[in-house]
This record gives sequence, structure tokens and C-alpha cells, in this order.
Amino acid sequence: MNAPDKPVDYIARTREQYDSLGYPPYLWAERPDTPPWTPITRPLADSTVALLGSGGGYNRGQVAFHWKDDTGIRLLPSNQPASDVRVTHFAYDLEPARADPNIVFPLDRLNDLVDEGFIGALASQSIAFMGGIYSVRRAEGELTPAILDAVEALAEDIDLALFVPV
Amino acid sequence: MSLVARALEAVGVPTLTLTAAYSITASANPPRAAYVEMPLGHTAGRPGDREFQLNLLRKALTLGVAIETPGTIVDTGVRWSEDRSWKSAASSGLNNGVISAKGDTRQERVDTPQYQSEDDRLAAEA
Repeated sequence: MNAPDKPVDYIARTREQYDSLGYPPYLWAERPDTPPWTPITRPLADSTVALLGSGGGYNRGQVAFHWKDDTGIRLLPSNQPASDVRVTHFAYDLEPARADPNIVFPLDRLNDLVDEGFIGALASQSIAFMGGIYSVRRAEGELTPAILDAVEALAEDIDLALFVPV
Repeated sequence: MSLVARALEAVGVPTLTLTAAYSITASANPPRAAYVEMPLGHTAGRPGDREFQLNLLRKALTLGVAIETPGTIVDTGVRWSEDRSWKSAASSGLNNGVISAKGDTRQERVDTPQYQSEDDRLAAEA
């Protein structure tokens, strides 16, 4: 059992569950080397922030994500209410997020933070995609380039990309 | 998620990754991360609780952008609840300690679009 003050070790618990069910082990991405680094040069109050969420968000009128290694992305206007965002995903309980999409895709709250001057601006478009891509090769070969292209294509220069996984 | 953050950082965009799954994030090792003690599926807060969500984001952003060493995960101190017993039961996003699903809760990974509603499907196919 996890001590209550320690983070839940989902890797250990998933291994235990898969072992007990006879599934092959899930392979988590491991990158022990020092990660890439770009210094932050502006204060938050002057920064343009881009929201990237892997909770499977999409808008009405868009094709929803499927649940088997969907490496696509959806662009969502950042000035829409979070209540317009739909969510679909195989790996988390969707009911609370459908009641309040801000808990996985915090559009309203980031707009609040812009209004109060805590951050400078929100990029005009936010980027939604699916986590839970079982193939690291496909995540890095398909999803990553799609997101890099989408960030590059944003109308604004981005000072900070905020990733919200589920 | 962390792998995408690494790739974006490598092309010159600073990143901050919010996380409720410390071990998974530590393994994939993004440039900057901020840990919240939240059930999976609730990374950015409690549903319907604006003040909680704002506080979570303010803390994560403030502490996250202050990180000076690549690969650091800061603890925001944000907790789902003072009652932390849910963590003993949590094992996955579908058995996250605050809902009642038990056992093998994996959903079938179907390769057709999974709409939130039939209306959404009709709108997309129109």
C-alpha cells in the first residue's frame, strides 16, 4: 500500500494488475537522460500560454477520437467556454470531465487567469489529443510531429506550453 | 505526454507538464513538471469548483516556471482532499480511488470514433 503522503505508484499497480490478469506487461516510456531545456525568459504576466491536453477533447462537428492508438490532434478555439468541449477516452472515468471539462482541459480557468493578469494571454487555439498511445514509436513518429507542427502554426509566439495529461 | 513536451522543448518552446501520476511522469522525464495529488481524470481540479481549479493552476504555474534544473517535478501541495484514503484504492484512471469500478476496468480499445453523444456523431458526419 502506498503511504498516504507518497504519490500513488501507478506503474507498480498496473504491473501488479496486468500480471494478475495474465496480460503482457505495459511498457512505460523511460527517458533517464537529462531532458531538453529552453530557458523561460518572460514573467508569467507577460507570457502567452498554449494549452495542450491529452484527455481526448474535441468540439461538436469534429470527428471524435477513437480508442486504439489515435495519434491525431484537434484544434479548439481558446475563447470558447469549456462547456463546449466534449471528451472521449478509454482510460479514465469520463463522467466528471463531461460535467466540467475544465478538470482535464482548463479553458475557462486559463481565461480567468488572463483576465486577472496572472498570465499575459492564451494562444488563440488550444490543442487536444489522446494519451494512452500504446506504441511509443507511433507516439513519437506521428503524434509528436503533428503537435510540433500545430504549435508552429499558431498565430502567436508561445512563451510556455502547458501540458495537461489525464 | 512527457515525450511530446521533451520534443517541443527541444525546438525552443518552454514546457510545463501538470501531473497526477508522479511515477509515470518521472519515468518519461519531461523538462518541467508540477505534481498535484489528484485522482486520475482530475488533473486540473475538482469538477465545478472554480476556486480549487484556479488555485491549482496558479500554484503549478508559479512553481513550474521557477524550476531551474531540467527534469524537476515540483510538488504543488494541491490535494484532492484532506482525507487521503482514496490513494490506497487507486490503480488506474477507471479505478481512480474516488469511483467504484473494481478489477479489470480496461475498456475495449475500439478503432472507430467514440462520440460523447449521438448528436455529436450526426454533427460530425453531416
